[in-house]
Amino acid sequence: MAEVLVLVDHTAGEVRKATFELLTIARRLGEPSAVFVGEAADAAAAAGSLAAYGAEKVYVVSDPEVTAYLVAPQAEVLAQLVESASPVAVLIPSSPSGKEIAARLAVKTSSGVITDAVDVQPGGAGVETTQSVFAGSYTVKATVTKGTPIIAVKPNSAAPEEVSGAGTVEEVTVTLSDLAKSAKITEAKPKAASGRPELTEAAIVVSGGRGTAGDFGAVEAFADSLGAAVGASRAAVDAGWYPHSNQVGQTGKQVSPQLYVAAGISGAIQHRAGMQTSKTIVAVNKDEEAPIFELVDFGVVGDLFQVLPQATEAVNAAKG
Amino acid sequence: MNIVVCVKYVPDAQSDRTFTEDNTTDRVGVDGLLSEIDEYAVEEALKIVEAGEGEVTVVTMGPEQAADAIKKALQMGADKGVHIVDDALHGSDAAATSLVLAEAVKKIGTPDLVITGMSSTDGIMSVVPAMLAERLGLPQVTFASELTVDGSTVTARRDGDTASETIVASLPALVSVTDQINEPRYPSFKGIMAAKKKPVEEWALADLGVDASLVGLDAAWTRVESFTKRPPRAKGTIVADEGDGGTQLAAFLSAQKFV
Ligand SMILES: Cc1cc2nc3c(=O)[nH]c(=O)nc-3n(C[C@H](O)[C@H](O)[C@H](O)COP(=O)(O)OP(=O)(O)OC[C@H]3O[C@@H](n4cnc5c(N)ncnc54)[C@H](O)[C@@H]3O)c2cc1C
Repeated sequence: MAEVLVLVDHTAGEVRKATFELLTIARRLGEPSAVFVGEAADAAAAAGSLAAYGAEKVYVVSDPEVTAYLVAPQAEVLAQLVESASPVAVLIPSSPSGKEIAARLAVKTSSGVITDAVDVQPGGAGVETTQSVFAGSYTVKATVTKGTPIIAVKPNSAAPEEVSGAGTVEEVTVTLSDLAKSAKITEAKPKAASGRPELTEAAIVVSGGRGTAGDFGAVEAFADSLGAAVGASRAAVDAGWYPHSNQVGQTGKQVSPQLYVAAGISGAIQHRAGMQTSKTIVAVNKDEEAPIFELVDFGVVGDLFQVLPQATEAVNAAKG
Repeated sequence: MNIVVCVKYVPDAQSDRTFTEDNTTDRVGVDGLLSEIDEYAVEEALKIVEAGEGEVTVVTMGPEQAADAIKKALQMGADKGVHIVDDALHGSDAAATSLVLAEAVKKIGTPDLVITGMSSTDGIMSVVPAMLAERLGLPQVTFASELTVDGSTVTARRDGDTASETIVASLPALVSVTDQINEPRYPSFKGIMAAKKKPVEEWALADLGVDASLVGLDAAWTRVESFTKRPPRAKGTIVADEGDGGTQLAAFLSAQKFV
């Protein structure tokens, strides 16, 4: 069976859930081969977990130069592997960097690229993808008609399945071009961990907007009662109340959780673009005319500072 | 410092966006405008040039109406425009778009900086900037939320999920900006009047030496097989808080098994 390359997303060898989802998707198309770029010491730990989700091969690229520059080196690594392994597809996490790696790889290999896929199935001349476009108002099915399908897949697009693969480690050496080494990462300030789930991976997201007036306490407490990630509207981010990395919407994160709660958010089109495909939507807003109510499964017209604490208490009580 | 800003004319997100019979985005039957995110790219270019010297050229590829996107950028203060318009371009994918834009940038004469928005407001793929960098062989400095140009280097802050990174490259370079980077200006009355006299060139594919067989719907490397409008969401329950709104909300979540 032909190989399917999966670019591993990890922090110091700790593999993110989205990668396991990609391995699960890869098994529908062929034999999953994980591509791990990082420290050699971290590779061993990662290889074990990658094998546990079906990776037959784990290509390890431990050249420190690869991670010292922005995205271009990863694209070169993958281009070399596409050349040597002739995979049926390349799957990449659909993060900002992942999409850029996919973009460069597509140009290098003259291949079609599809981003933000929410499903990937065998079909057509290879693979058929599903995407959600125009702020979630349309579902599009697409295929790649040239080269090796390069697909950037959104988190939560498949339930990761544990099945053991051989996980055979293969060291890969790469030669990077000067171009790949032209945008250097000179500093990386790690973000403080919130202890909450990652926004794009979370099953539940509770977001606050301008209606919080800068006090996210009620939003965070409600999120914690549900084990949820915390999001924010751009108005809240622009005001400096919450970090930009938590912004939901067109120029923030696009999330698609099982449950999305919008508190003190009006529901502007740019915000909707980031949350409209959520399974269940709930809103708390003082204004019964707020457009967010057009989307909801359940809405409360009221003051979030009254409604959320009461709901938090009831949820905590129900959990016992 | 000479800067080229690549902008896109997009269907207005407030209008009903749809597809045409050949499964491409309807760009003719709907109201369009300069993609809002590209206003940040234009603003950044203007700020850099105003702090020193040089020229800002805006480039767009799109149908006749796309001239409106250039006009808006000229009204904001850009110096001149290039509109690439050719029937053969209809249905071009990101790869073809980046090919055409790259050739246009080369024809203008590779500037010190090429600036784009982080994504368009219609496709939101965010792939064209990276493709452009690859095709032009320029350093890729994308998703900049802060930018400084100093002599021959450009430094950007790029906020990621796990870290905020500092990216450094030498000029010429390709930069894409986020909507965190600045506050785009509104065109002034003076700007609107001045824009009328600014030069805009129209280029066809032949002017760029790009073979028509490499662009357009038939040359696309991906194909939309089908599209379906999502059914409108079923009307939900909306309650007015009369003292027990939170309790009702919790009850709904319990019934839906979220608790
Ligand atoms: C290029 C561009 C990109 C953008 N990208 C994004 C994006 O990624 N994400 C995003 O969110 N926005 C984005 N926006 C901004 C968007 O247009 C809206 O301005 C923004 O979403 C509004 O945020 P909000 O709903 O929090 O604020 P508002 O629209 O001001 O709404 C606040 C709401 O809170 C309610 N409220 C007030 N007090 C209370 C209370 N005590 N209890 C309950 N309800 C209360 C009000 O009734 C109101 O409905 C973008 C805009 C542009 C131009």
